[in-house]
Amino acid sequence: MESNLITEDKHKNKLEKAFEILKTMASKPSGLIGLSIVLFHVVLALLSPYIAPYDYKAISPNTMLLAPSAEHWFGTDSLGRDVFTRTILGGRTALTVTFFGSLIALLWGGLLGIFCGLVGGKIDDVVMRVVDAFLSIPWILAMLLIVSLLGTSTEVLIPALGFFYGKGIVRVARAATHDVIAKDFIVSARARGHSNMSIIWNEIIPNVRDAILVEGAMRWSWMLLGFSSLSFLGFGVSPPTPDWGLMISNARGLMSFAYWSVIAPIVGLSSLIIGINLTADAFAKALGIDRSTKAPV
Amino acid sequence: MLLLILKRIGLGLITLFIVSLITFVGVEVLPGDACTTYLEREAYGAALDACIKRLGLDVPAYERYLDWASNVVRGDFGYSLSGEMPINEVLGPRVKNSLVLASVSILIGIPLAIVLGIITALWRDKLPDIMISTITIFSMTIPEFISATLLILVVAIWLGWLPGIVIIPSDATFYELLSNIILPVVAISMIMTAHMARMVRSSVIQVMASDYVQMAILKGVPYWKMVFRHVLPNALLPAINVVALTIAWLLGGVVVTEVVFNYPGLGRLVIESISNRDLPVVQALAIILASIYVGINLIADLMTLMLNPRLKSLQIRK
Repeated sequence: MESNLITEDKHKNKLEKAFEILKTMASKPSGLIGLSIVLFHVVLALLSPYIAPYDYKAISPNTMLLAPSAEHWFGTDSLGRDVFTRTILGGRTALTVTFFGSLIALLWGGLLGIFCGLVGGKIDDVVMRVVDAFLSIPWILAMLLIVSLLGTSTEVLIPALGFFYGKGIVRVARAATHDVIAKDFIVSARARGHSNMSIIWNEIIPNVRDAILVEGAMRWSWMLLGFSSLSFLGFGVSPPTPDWGLMISNARGLMSFAYWSVIAPIVGLSSLIIGINLTADAFAKALGIDRSTKAPV
Repeated sequence: MLLLILKRIGLGLITLFIVSLITFVGVEVLPGDACTTYLEREAYGAALDACIKRLGLDVPAYERYLDWASNVVRGDFGYSLSGEMPINEVLGPRVKNSLVLASVSILIGIPLAIVLGIITALWRDKLPDIMISTITIFSMTIPEFISATLLILVVAIWLGWLPGIVIIPSDATFYELLSNIILPVVAISMIMTAHMARMVRSSVIQVMASDYVQMAILKGVPYWKMVFRHVLPNALLPAINVVALTIAWLLGGVVVTEVVFNYPGLGRLVIESISNRDLPVVQALAIILASIYVGINLIADLMTLMLNPRLKSLQIRK
């Protein structure tokens, strides 16, 4: 019976469903604020190459450390680069890296978690031990180790972040799979002789998708935090790439008299992280998943 | 009961064993060994030979792992490449400094979090809750390096109340440390308090909605007596595990905070040793930090077990 319900659910207009979820999310002020902040950042990131008034890497001794003015809205940094240009392009860097990173994390974490939950037994035990071990290495140490040995280009950072932040998703996906696996529709699918692949694809994924997506949204904000912390420490993207963490770390030493070049990236990064958090919370509530008692791992 | 405790300790040890394997294998399979990585362009001739000999890189990997692991178990982490001295001597003062920073932050953070959590739960959706909750959301979502930088900008530069960075040697005395750590402690405990306060809040709210609290209210138990006798003991118990996770998670945040404030603790050593490509020290740090994480979680698990008789009969892990 239940399996029929789910297949019917799949045929329902997906756009309509997504729209309904968005509407529920925006019905509360915190969700609305979060959604608008994220939307603003995404639009700005898409438009930034076209609206940036200056070249982000143009160095000029004549325009060093200028205060905000009509020409340079957010002032200039210690190399004479326009802070406004670098701030809006920095959002593009942050969103690109963390978006693809989260995608990788969701994919490998979700699939491995579902697989472990389904097969159980020895394989499950071993994988979960290894995941636990990875969880007990502080994130910063593991990330620093990876990037210091493999280099700090975006091609390395995206899979490294995706791999590292996916391990928590393994646990969530596994727990969610355990919740559905004993249900009747799985048993009947097995009785009908469906293969494991078919059961994963048609029965389990539609039922655990929500839990995994919520976890992924939360990971997205932690990944952004991790990525910008790495850049701040000098292990993220390399200069002259416009990046918020890097900008803050460069401008920090001079902030006693040129505070504007540190304020702009701080506002950008903080607002994006807060926006993602509010959105993820609203998303969880709209899908009816309680994650208020979870701690970051 | 005893069996359960032993099992948990066993699981923790297995986790640590896997961590040691991961770090060792990670360093091993990646291009270059500790010596070529450390010496970079000077990695040839006599210098390379001397380094290989000193680290014993000329014996097979599994032998080296066994050797290293048995030394670590006895508390000897080997030799630092950049400091040219035993890692234990490098670690000693750093561990002490980080401990001072962490314990002061925890001593301030935990009581504050409990009080804030209770206030926000009891006045749920009223003015105190809205105000405190907004502040906690801000301070827990903003990255540590931003809140620390803002603290320096406002308190040290604009107001000029406190020194912005810590300028003390790593072997400073306890009193020298105390006068220097006010800003780092504020930065760390702000985030920690925010996380824990939110956990306490949701826990208290859950207990307030339970049948036995409703019963107590119906029986006419005075409000504050009800709060202290019936709600808090039950609400704070599940918070223990979350507190442990938060502290463990902070191990990462402390690294960043220590760098921002130039504080000579373990966190800055992580950055320094990775910048210097001092892999023996990095391995030692990985094991130490992972042990702290496993240890804190173990203590939290055991405390929950001791305090909650119902859990004793449950299985270890789902």
